[in-house]
Amino acid sequence: MTEVNTKDCAIEVDNIRKTFDGTEFVLNGINLKIPRGKITVIIGFSGTGKSVLLKHILGLLNPTSGIIRIDGEDINEMTEEERALNRTKFGVLFQYAALFDDMTVMENVLFPLREHRRELSKKRMEAIASEKLSQSGLEKKHFHKLPSELSGGMRKRCGLARALALDPQLLVYDEPTTGLDPVLTEMVDDLIVSTHKRIEGASTLVVSHDLYAAFRIGDYVAMLDSGRVLLHGTPKDFLETDIELVKRFIQKGFHKGPAEN
Amino acid sequence: MSEFLKARDKLNKLIDQIVLTILELVAGFVSASGRLVRFTSECIALFFTRPYRWRELIIHMEFIGNKSVFIICLTGIFTGMALSFQVYLGFEIVNATSLVGPTVGLGIARELGPVLTGMIVAARAGGAMAARLGTMRVTEQIDALEVMAVRPKQYLISPRIIAASIAMPILTGVFIFVAMLGSYVLVVKVLKLDEAIFWDKTAYWLNPNHINEGLIKATVFGFVFSAICCFEGYYTKGGARGVGEATNRGVVLSMVMIIILDFFLMNLIDVYYKVFP
Repeated sequence: MTEVNTKDCAIEVDNIRKTFDGTEFVLNGINLKIPRGKITVIIGFSGTGKSVLLKHILGLLNPTSGIIRIDGEDINEMTEEERALNRTKFGVLFQYAALFDDMTVMENVLFPLREHRRELSKKRMEAIASEKLSQSGLEKKHFHKLPSELSGGMRKRCGLARALALDPQLLVYDEPTTGLDPVLTEMVDDLIVSTHKRIEGASTLVVSHDLYAAFRIGDYVAMLDSGRVLLHGTPKDFLETDIELVKRFIQKGFHKGPAEN
Repeated sequence: MSEFLKARDKLNKLIDQIVLTILELVAGFVSASGRLVRFTSECIALFFTRPYRWRELIIHMEFIGNKSVFIICLTGIFTGMALSFQVYLGFEIVNATSLVGPTVGLGIARELGPVLTGMIVAARAGGAMAARLGTMRVTEQIDALEVMAVRPKQYLISPRIIAASIAMPILTGVFIFVAMLGSYVLVVKVLKLDEAIFWDKTAYWLNPNHINEGLIKATVFGFVFSAICCFEGYYTKGGARGVGEATNRGVVLSMVMIIILDFFLMNLIDVYYKVFP
């Protein structure tokens, strides 16, 4: 198996355990190192703890035990304000983009700038927002539309532009292709790769159950099962593994095809 | 004898069940109230923390206050007229129609004004608050705020609660004024009571403390309904159904609380005016 380069980790998850009711552990001793400058895809069946793990990494949930380090800093040790500041390192694209529905596309992208780059002039902010929207592949004619007037793909592009507004070094995608048709799925995958390449030194973390996407875009893939990491390696490692559950997941994934994923 | 013992056991179990249910209900109420108080105090403290949310405050005041004026005027004028007509009919029997103005004035300023305004605004703005926040929760917009390092409670909740607390006494003032206007039109212009008597008696019996009482109540009602509706919306669970349930719970609970609080505030303010006349 290929050794995952963990010398320079952007995110380090160290023996994380999480229970909501005190009895059942959703995360049961997760160890994961997300290498800097690479695309890592976390895959797994539904209910294996992918989203819960992501919320821990983003500091939205506290673990029952264990440590999470972002750029070497333990986020559990941080105060609420430090944690909030730490979150500005992340650019997050949510499953359904989570755009503010009372704001236009442009206002959505301007929002993080207005909150965290108050020193910039209005014109400069608008220039940055336009640039991010164009980079995400959204045409100018859509800038003043409301999210409800956009298609699913355009919403994802707008969500991505908003995630990139503060030039984050850690890009996180939560189920970015769920519910999209094969053409849009491929478009979003390409967008993830092109965005990753464009930002120098950026680390990308994608949470998905789309096996095709994982193998197409991921430098590394980690598979979760029952709150544990079953396998963490390159796509090649996954194809060569003897672990029965991983083999079954791959078989089912390829059998179903990308359209049904 | 064994029949008697069986019946006694059944009765004991039933009593246990009833006591347990009551205790669970009380515990649930206390726990929910505690969470609401903690949530509200946290939000109020955040309003006075940087970055200040003045822009959001103005936006919500415009929504809660400005956009409620028409419906408040409409209900105010008809409430004033309806109440005046009923009071007129009653007082006509005892030949005391000269007291219609002050009776209606007192009733509107101290009770109906704040209570009806509270209910109308809770239904309109409170329901909208709960639905809006609930939708934001289930569509991950609140999570998006958090990952953008924006405090959702400070950005979404604090300005709404403060805006409702400021807008409510103003709307109640409008309601009282319009209701009195309605009363004047009906009693003086339609039922032909002498205009001087109407205003003279009203001015004699209705003093600023009565209007203050209504405005104080309105401020509390605004604070309470907005806190309840925001709380319900903010912690919405589930999809569209969850949003509907949260909105329903928020509005119903707000209305019940307005009526309950009205009674206690009435007594509290009465005691205050007796101690500090």
